[in-house]
Amino acid sequence: MQDIWQSFELAWTLIVNLNPALSEIVLLSLRVSLTATLIACLVGMPLGALLGIRHFRGKWAVTVVLNTFMGMPPVVLGLLFYMVLSASGPLGWLQLLYTPGAMILVQVFLILPIVTALTKQIIEDAWVEYQPLFQSLCVSRSGAVKTMLWDTRTSLLTVSLAGFARAISEVGAVIVVGGNINHLTRVMTTAIALETSKGDLAMALALGMVLLMIALTVNAMVFSARQRLPV
Amino acid sequence: MTTNADVQSLFPLKLQNVSLNLNEKPVLKDVNLTISDHGVTVILGHNGAGKSMLLKILHGLLQPSSGTIHWGDTNHASDQVRRRQAMVFQKPVLLKRSVEANIKYALDLPHSHSKWSCVELLEHAELTPLANRAARSLSGGEQQRLAFARAMATGPEVLFLDEPTANLDPDATLHLESLIQTASASDIKVFLVTHDMGQAKRLATEILFMRNGSVEEHALKEDFFNRPSSPYCQSFIDGVLLSNNH
Amino acid sequence: MKPLLIKLLITLTLSAPLHSTYAGESILVQSTTSTANSGLYDFILPLFEQQTNIKVNVVAVGTGQAIRNARNCDADVLLVHAKSSEEKFVEEGYGVQRLDLMYNDFVIVGPQNDPADINEADNATDALSKIAAGKALFASRGDNSGTHKKEVSLWQATSIDPTTDSGRWYRETGSGMGATLNVSVGMNAYTLTDRATWISFNNKQQHKILLEGDSTLFNQYGVILVNEKKCPDTNSHAGQKFIDWMTSPEGQQRIAQFTLDDQQLFYPNAAPQ
Repeated sequence: MQDIWQSFELAWTLIVNLNPALSEIVLLSLRVSLTATLIACLVGMPLGALLGIRHFRGKWAVTVVLNTFMGMPPVVLGLLFYMVLSASGPLGWLQLLYTPGAMILVQVFLILPIVTALTKQIIEDAWVEYQPLFQSLCVSRSGAVKTMLWDTRTSLLTVSLAGFARAISEVGAVIVVGGNINHLTRVMTTAIALETSKGDLAMALALGMVLLMIALTVNAMVFSARQRLPV
Repeated sequence: MTTNADVQSLFPLKLQNVSLNLNEKPVLKDVNLTISDHGVTVILGHNGAGKSMLLKILHGLLQPSSGTIHWGDTNHASDQVRRRQAMVFQKPVLLKRSVEANIKYALDLPHSHSKWSCVELLEHAELTPLANRAARSLSGGEQQRLAFARAMATGPEVLFLDEPTANLDPDATLHLESLIQTASASDIKVFLVTHDMGQAKRLATEILFMRNGSVEEHALKEDFFNRPSSPYCQSFIDGVLLSNNH
Repeated sequence: MKPLLIKLLITLTLSAPLHSTYAGESILVQSTTSTANSGLYDFILPLFEQQTNIKVNVVAVGTGQAIRNARNCDADVLLVHAKSSEEKFVEEGYGVQRLDLMYNDFVIVGPQNDPADINEADNATDALSKIAAGKALFASRGDNSGTHKKEVSLWQATSIDPTTDSGRWYRETGSGMGATLNVSVGMNAYTLTDRATWISFNNKQQHKILLEGDSTLFNQYGVILVNEKKCPDTNSHAGQKFIDWMTSPEGQQRIAQFTLDDQQLFYPNAAPQ
């Protein structure tokens, strides 16, 4: 109990003093996870929408695989990307391993199934309602996708938040491809893992609280932006 | 008609032996019709008589199981025909945007050839003060007027209306009816499915009376109401509760 | 709020460096958690980086994984503590040469009340035999790390195979030193740990060192330059500079100067150049 109280104090001190080492880690966490979320949304949302309105053989199989990948353990994905990005791996020449770029890449693939699967579900539901209208107005498929992606914008914002939440909170993937290198690839979650392994549990918990504060801030900003979306 | 000289007329509309089966059940049976470009064709009949299905087939939202449909000389399967038509559904499918954006959406379609601007369409439907409101926050009557204005924004030659006033109060109904009359007056062919006998009397040029997937009677309004061809028609007009099967 | 949000998004995402923003040379060192977690690198590296303008990026993993990563050419320098594995690494051509760098020792820590009385043991072998005999809880790394390899060799000397009792009194965590110490403290178990990690470990609670000073507990760290014949993209030049500096009198002195709670954690013992 004492440890927990101590963590609250520590978290407070860290935030109030704007600890430079901490801000560096926080900023990198945000950079990596926000970029990954952005890319995953740009790719996953149109993809999910197409899956939602297209009928093809084996669609059920694609859906099942996609839904399964939502539960992909981050560390497994991290290992896969380690092997691919390793100097001896097929994409070693990119020299991405142990860089923020590798962390972004692995997180994109981590949250892409979530963004795609959830978007697919949302667009599928919207399609039932909109399909007769589009058919009546002779709207092309791509036009229909664009229209529905905009019309479901509030739901899709929540989807992007779900993706961001998964990205910012995972440690398994970024620690393997990022290496938790100080001043280069150390993010909130890998720092928490490090402090835990040093036995500094109070500090680890304090960092966890800071991470939650950041997630809270991002969610609050998105929520307020959502209120201001054009009608 | 708004048809240019080099564009072929959509009329007369001819249906030959048109049948439709949905889930192995016959919905339309051997429908034969010739309809001119004149006025408002009101489709009457009980629930399940096939009114909405006929409307959807005419608009090309459904394909007939057998038979042929010709709009003028054009086979109806072509997208070209549907682009010159518009439809208002019983439950309006409004985009989750402002009133104005809903109309602009239709105006901006590549095949729209509306004579009217967004401002004119809003003004005409008396939606100008609501232009910036979220479309789905409007009342039922306002939503249906918006759906109507949006349909007009594509510049259609043919307008299909599927029970547009089914859920509206009398004031909203009259308001929409006046819009329909204006459209008809500006040479737009209107097909209207309704359950409202008064509305049929107010708006119709001719009546298509359907029963069990077949056209029971196709007559001018006056003839239909004054000289019904069968006892079934007569009891329908009189408002007697009838089972579709008798 | 909205323009601010968009501005924030753009600055955060577009400015994200794909590679290190560091303009100068940099090297990648695959190292053990014991050296990194104790803070050794934070203490000695700034001096080296300042003198040479070479940025040193340290990936801290178990020795086994560090060697694996270096075999995949994902390192310029390897700094670990498992001599026989290191020599094999050089023999197979992955490393240029193995040099002694520094040492400290392993200790056995355990609960203060010492249920197996290893405090009375003559040496490490004796202590482990007592633990096995008393079926006292023992937390093992079980992760093929340098410390784990040392532990395995100590068990071999006792002729006891503790893995037959794995899951009973012998608990393999399969985790890093810190995580294993957390487990050990949590379940009142004995554990073999390197002294540096133990001193810098912050969650000791009622645990303390119960056996130390046995010559078999010697813990030698070695440093190896990854061979550019096997790994052509290796930054051999900067890597060699790093090794030269670490084994130079200046680097060695710096290692000796690193203390925590007034205790020296590593003892330099590189051969004079």
